[in-house]
Amino acid sequence: MKGKNAIGTWAGFLLILLWCLFPVAWIISLSFKSEGETAVGSPQFLPKDPTFDNYTAIIDNPDFTRALINSFGISLISTLLAVIFATLAAYAIARLEFKGKRLVLSLALAIAMFPVVALVGPLFDLWTRFGLFNTWPGLIIPYMSFTLPLAIWTLSAFFREIPWEMEQAAQVDGATSWQAFRKVIVPLAAPGVFTAAILTFFFAWNEFVLAISLTSTTASRTVPAQMSFFVGPDPFNPPYAQLATASVIVTLPVIVIVLLFQRRIVAGLTSGAVKG
Amino acid sequence: MSTTLQRPPADVSAKPAMSDRSAAENRLGLKLVAPAVIMMLLVTAWPMGQALYLSLFRYRLTSPDDREFIGLDNYVTVLTDQLFWQDTWNTVLIMVVTVAVELVVGFTFAMVMHRIIIARGLMRTSILIPYGIITVVSAYAWQFAFSLNNGFVNSWFYWLPWIEQDTNWFGDHWHAMFAIMVSEIWKTTPFMALLLLAGLSQVSEDMLEAAQVDGATWWQRLWKVILPNMRAAIMVAVLFRALDAYRIFDNIFVMTRGAQDTESISFLTYRQVIEQMQLGLGSALSVLLFISVLLLAALIVKLFKVDLAQARGEG
Repeated sequence: MKGKNAIGTWAGFLLILLWCLFPVAWIISLSFKSEGETAVGSPQFLPKDPTFDNYTAIIDNPDFTRALINSFGISLISTLLAVIFATLAAYAIARLEFKGKRLVLSLALAIAMFPVVALVGPLFDLWTRFGLFNTWPGLIIPYMSFTLPLAIWTLSAFFREIPWEMEQAAQVDGATSWQAFRKVIVPLAAPGVFTAAILTFFFAWNEFVLAISLTSTTASRTVPAQMSFFVGPDPFNPPYAQLATASVIVTLPVIVIVLLFQRRIVAGLTSGAVKG
Repeated sequence: MSTTLQRPPADVSAKPAMSDRSAAENRLGLKLVAPAVIMMLLVTAWPMGQALYLSLFRYRLTSPDDREFIGLDNYVTVLTDQLFWQDTWNTVLIMVVTVAVELVVGFTFAMVMHRIIIARGLMRTSILIPYGIITVVSAYAWQFAFSLNNGFVNSWFYWLPWIEQDTNWFGDHWHAMFAIMVSEIWKTTPFMALLLLAGLSQVSEDMLEAAQVDGATWWQRLWKVILPNMRAAIMVAVLFRALDAYRIFDNIFVMTRGAQDTESISFLTYRQVIEQMQLGLGSALSVLLFISVLLLAALIVKLFKVDLAQARGEG
């Protein structure tokens, strides 16, 4: 019985690895196929004649590099702002008694479930009137608002578990309140804040609906939006290999973050949902 | 679970005695949440109110001077249009199929991850990659995999009775819907698996052992002990994923652009507003989409409500 279970677990393990990594391997393999190879049709998995041409071409493509800068800038700024606002709110929710606490949490939950597309029309209308259409702030503002719920839930779950008495203990031992905060509370709270930041960044990096609706040029178009408009000269024959290359490049930051912080991401994803 | 419920004990005793202090605490709390609440309302409540207002007008951005109040006519137009119902059906179908498949596969993954002792880091890393990958990339990866000239699916699986060497996956409704669902399921199953894993780790081992000693089979333990004890986690996972799937947009935009009647309700709304510039009609669609998401959330919560309360009472 035990042996059978172990075999099943191992088979499951391999199945999960295959499920998760195979499509990534496919995209990487495709990114090394030459344009000529995909033009005549190349149904096999591996490239016949691997080439780096797609990578040099995509890095020389100003539209793509510009979109990459937009993606990084917009995602990082909205992450930073969302985490600041969420930290304030989550601290209040976890530590203070105030009226309307339930209401704030319910509002956050309602907004997490909000259909983003429903806002495309009115936001388009408002943003063109206020000159926010096709600008960085035009995307940063909604990204911030839509990531706040996730950040607030994750952070308040984290903050509830911090032993706040330690702050007073440090003060009793002669630390000033600033020292107590900086030396005791910041190191305890930092992992939670950091996790919320990663989850927020993933959201902004991935966002597509607003990115295609509220932008019109590469001045503010992010990579997902730019990729969807990257059709190439022949509409019936999309530039497979180049799109695959762009996919690999835009996935690299995700892989790096996941490799470095996998434990924290899992904790963050599940803490808010199950314990909250 | 019990640790999360702990409050600083000082609060409880201090509250009735020092009302000044609790009033100050109340003010500070409100001040700290205010920026976040204002930000959230600014981008949702305000535009939603705007949408409610605009939905009562005939309003096209290309001819803004012809704006005219027409009452509920936009809603009548939408609700009597066959395309609206076709797209709603597509959306519901995608939601039900993907969430059902993800629940089964995600639970299997969670069981494996729960049992495995070694290589946990590797497993966590791999499962987070589909979660973190952008949906547009997932859509392209699968579009190319299913592609007629450049995809491996046909040449690898032609021996299956319903797949030929020249099956055109984007040539008819059902094949295209299948491809879209594959991409959606691939990307979001890990999220489901992680939520279920968290629920699974809260099922007490003692209870499982007791059931085993009492002679319960594996199947009985699954249905009588494991699943009832992780109802809260299952509910959260289903709620989040169902509402997420109901808003499906990215995969359809990249893979078919709504061709072969694969349009979802989100895609229809987008097309009316951004491509047709029909702000009035599009706003009516936005309002309907918002209402249907609310109804869906209420429905799921109601379906699971008894169970959730029960799970909390026991835990």
